[in-house]
Amino acid sequence: MVLVLAIGDLHIPHRAPDLPAKFKSMLVPGKIQHILCTGNLCIKEVHDYLKSLSPDLHITRGEYDEDVRYPENKTLSIGQFKLGLCHGHQIVPWGDLDSLAMLQRQLDIDILVTGHTHQFKAYKHEGGVIINPGSATGAYSSMTYDVNPSFVLMDIDGLRVVVYVYELIDGEVKVDKIDFKKTATTQSAH
Amino acid sequence: MVPDAAAADEEKCLTDGMGRLQHNAFYMHRALDSNNLKDALRYAGQMLSELRTSSLSPHKYYELYMRAFDELRKVEMFFVEETRRGTYSVTDLYELVQHAANILPRLYLLCTVGSVYIKSKEAPAKDVLKDLVEMCRGIQHPVRGLFLRSYLSQISRDKLPDIGSEFEGGANTVNDAIEFVLQNFTEMNKLWVRMQYQGPIGEKAKRGKERSELRDLVGKNLHVLSQLEGVDLDMYKETVLPRILEQVVNCKDELAQHYLMDCIIQVFPDEYHLQTLETLLSAFPQLQPTVDIKTVLSLLMDRLSNYAVSSTEVLPEFLQAEAFAKLNSAVGEVIEAQVDMPISGVITLYVSLLTFTLRIHPDRIDYMDQILGACVQRLSGKTKVEDSKATKQIVALLSAPLEKYKDISTALNLPNYPRVMDHLDNATNKVMSAIIIQNIMKNNTCISTADRVDTLLELIKGLVKETDEAQDDELDEEDFKEEQNSVARLIHMLRTDDAEEMFKIISTVRKHILLGGPKRLAFTVPPVVFSALKLLRHLQNQDGDVNGQEVSVTQKKIFQFLHQTIEALSSVPSPELALKLYLQCAEAANDCGLEPVSYEFLTQAFILYEEEMADSKVQVTAIHLIIGTLQRMNVFGIENRDTLTHKASGYSAKLLKKPDQCRAVYACSHLFWVNEQDGVKDGERVLLCLKRALRIANAAQQMNATRGSSGHVTLFIEMLNKYLYFLEKGNPQITSSAIHDLIDLIRTEIQSDNTTSDPSANAFFSSTMRYIEFHKQKGGSVGENYEQIKV
Repeated sequence: MVLVLAIGDLHIPHRAPDLPAKFKSMLVPGKIQHILCTGNLCIKEVHDYLKSLSPDLHITRGEYDEDVRYPENKTLSIGQFKLGLCHGHQIVPWGDLDSLAMLQRQLDIDILVTGHTHQFKAYKHEGGVIINPGSATGAYSSMTYDVNPSFVLMDIDGLRVVVYVYELIDGEVKVDKIDFKKTATTQSAH
Repeated sequence: MVPDAAAADEEKCLTDGMGRLQHNAFYMHRALDSNNLKDALRYAGQMLSELRTSSLSPHKYYELYMRAFDELRKVEMFFVEETRRGTYSVTDLYELVQHAANILPRLYLLCTVGSVYIKSKEAPAKDVLKDLVEMCRGIQHPVRGLFLRSYLSQISRDKLPDIGSEFEGGANTVNDAIEFVLQNFTEMNKLWVRMQYQGPIGEKAKRGKERSELRDLVGKNLHVLSQLEGVDLDMYKETVLPRILEQVVNCKDELAQHYLMDCIIQVFPDEYHLQTLETLLSAFPQLQPTVDIKTVLSLLMDRLSNYAVSSTEVLPEFLQAEAFAKLNSAVGEVIEAQVDMPISGVITLYVSLLTFTLRIHPDRIDYMDQILGACVQRLSGKTKVEDSKATKQIVALLSAPLEKYKDISTALNLPNYPRVMDHLDNATNKVMSAIIIQNIMKNNTCISTADRVDTLLELIKGLVKETDEAQDDELDEEDFKEEQNSVARLIHMLRTDDAEEMFKIISTVRKHILLGGPKRLAFTVPPVVFSALKLLRHLQNQDGDVNGQEVSVTQKKIFQFLHQTIEALSSVPSPELALKLYLQCAEAANDCGLEPVSYEFLTQAFILYEEEMADSKVQVTAIHLIIGTLQRMNVFGIENRDTLTHKASGYSAKLLKKPDQCRAVYACSHLFWVNEQDGVKDGERVLLCLKRALRIANAAQQMNATRGSSGHVTLFIEMLNKYLYFLEKGNPQITSSAIHDLIDLIRTEIQSDNTTSDPSANAFFSSTMRYIEFHKQKGGSVGENYEQIKV
């Protein structure tokens, strides 16, 4: 069992002062093996905080990030899965699942983690899964009204990934889960 | 004499004295064993003569004294035995010991017999005690006298006629015990003070040290008094405290006064202090001006503070005793009396008083303000406080109410709070401001009125305002960023649900941040902008309720506000940030249905793009943001929309690198096809864009062919995906032949000898082909489009 935290669009301090207290108490160092951060932290302090949660931290650049050296996108393998990370402001139309699917094909990955819309999404298509963990702080978005703070925890086990989404609604943390199985026949031509 | 030599000398003196003492003690014991009282007393006298020395420092004398003390215990035991046996009567002994040649040994022996006398109860305790305490007057040498009286105190301790003791009764009352101890104390203090005037003037420091070594001998008496059962509150109030204070004040000695006041406070119960507060405090102004009263007063207040929280029943006593009023005036009087007290001392006193008041009267905000006001008075007339001890104390003073009340509003309501802060220099203001911000963030406090926001931002101006001081430049860049980021976070805590008030709040915030200068604006403008955008949303949600006219006016006001605020970034300059913020506003205006406002914001964004973005990487991001924003907009009429899309496509084609051009141009294709119901679906324009992008991709191929690289294949595959996208969406202009051509082109390129193999491109192509295959097999409405495609 490998735990992967997908989190992003915190927009600290431009749009939010801090992570919600309830989230902070849940995110305890040492429990999570990998962190995939979609971007828009925006400052070093947030980077350091995420780093303290897990040493294996991957970040892609959001358009408001202070550190311009984060890559535009990133791919990595965890267990049997190939994952990709991209903030999403680069893909027009924003939030368009078909266009994101193209990126997924381009990066040749099973799971694409992306952000920008501040709206949680877990979408399965022929080529794999697209996951948007939303905004961990519930930050303002021009695209989404009434953003609830949210983040995603993926439990990767063999060919199966269970996606847990945590949303803060009216002061309470609500959890939902979605199962995805990777078919062993999905091979790429190498 | 050289110190080391003097010390060695002293050591020798002590060793010699000890030697002789033990020598005489040995013979004394021999005489006692053979019941030869006369000889025993003679040897005892010789032994005790060692204590007549003037050559030892108190520290060394003490060693000699302790040895003598041990020996005298054995003598006392002998006396007890003999009197019980009846060999001698106590009065006989009392008589006999007075034959000793020198007065000091005589008195030591007398005290020893006196102890036996009291135990025998042949005479009232009070008489014996009185006799002894008076006779000790015979020794006026400070060190010798102090030790002698200390001896008297030690051996009489368990024989005082305290309430419930066996020595009480008849004529013996606790009053006698008290009288005895007080007298001994008074005499000891006099001797102790006299030490100050002995010896050469040059050795003042040494004398001070020696006196410090002896202070506990004097203080012990107070401890004895505190232990007496008979010294209850009334006794303490009526007799004990006034007598002690009398001696303390009259001795006019700085060292004694400081030590003894300290001693009184520590030795007697806090409950007593509370009830005798006035008497105790009245002594302070009477002390020598050089006495460090503030530490004593602070000690008292701190002890009382702790006492107050020790149990809930105690608090009413404080109110009854009017503790605050008394301490408040005492503090004032002390500061008046000690003109030379440094400002750090003054503030320390007020810190103790404030802490005390916060515990005893947490609800009396007026008291807090009073205390702060007194500080302001003391600080006024001086320039900014620079003494680091004083500034530390002021920070402690200002932090205390924050910690206690948690809600910063309480502190903000104290009129004198900002006035105290005014006296801080810039660096300390920053320290205090950081504490204030931390307090707000930790307690999740919201500041919800424009007035309070104004007060708060004025308070923390060290962080907010730009100053002329060179300090600004010296500040470490990392620290500066952290500082400004904390201000940015704070801005989100300044909010309310009332729209009118909220607008006032953000206007107030903006007023303050505009004073921050170019270095700070990049940090503080974004939170203000997003606060305004959130307010806009809030208004939109209320749209149905309020009559349209009023609402749109306020909306327009907010957009004006936004425009002006973002404009301020030009002084930084921060064109990239400004562009992003303009785009946010454009979208917000779109959502409000305000076409001209939205157009204006997009114009501003384009101007910045044209004039300020030289870096090609920055351009790529910026153009995608513009395209992405524009793609979502539905408020524009045909003309405006055409102008904007034309500009966007134009700039896309002019990016420096061909691949970037290609990608931006095909992104523009989405400008002409919006998936929503009423969205534009201009198939021809889409195709035009795609063809243009394809031409660029071809040009890229030409360039790469000369270099032998194959990066452009990916571009073609991307183009293929885009064609498929629009095919799926039902764009009639997308033909299957165009798609076939692309597929062939890609295949050719991949298999071509000229290009190096690119595994990721191959994988991309494979997954794309699988995608096509999938939809063909799946059928359905999407599958229909794919019927024509042959793989």
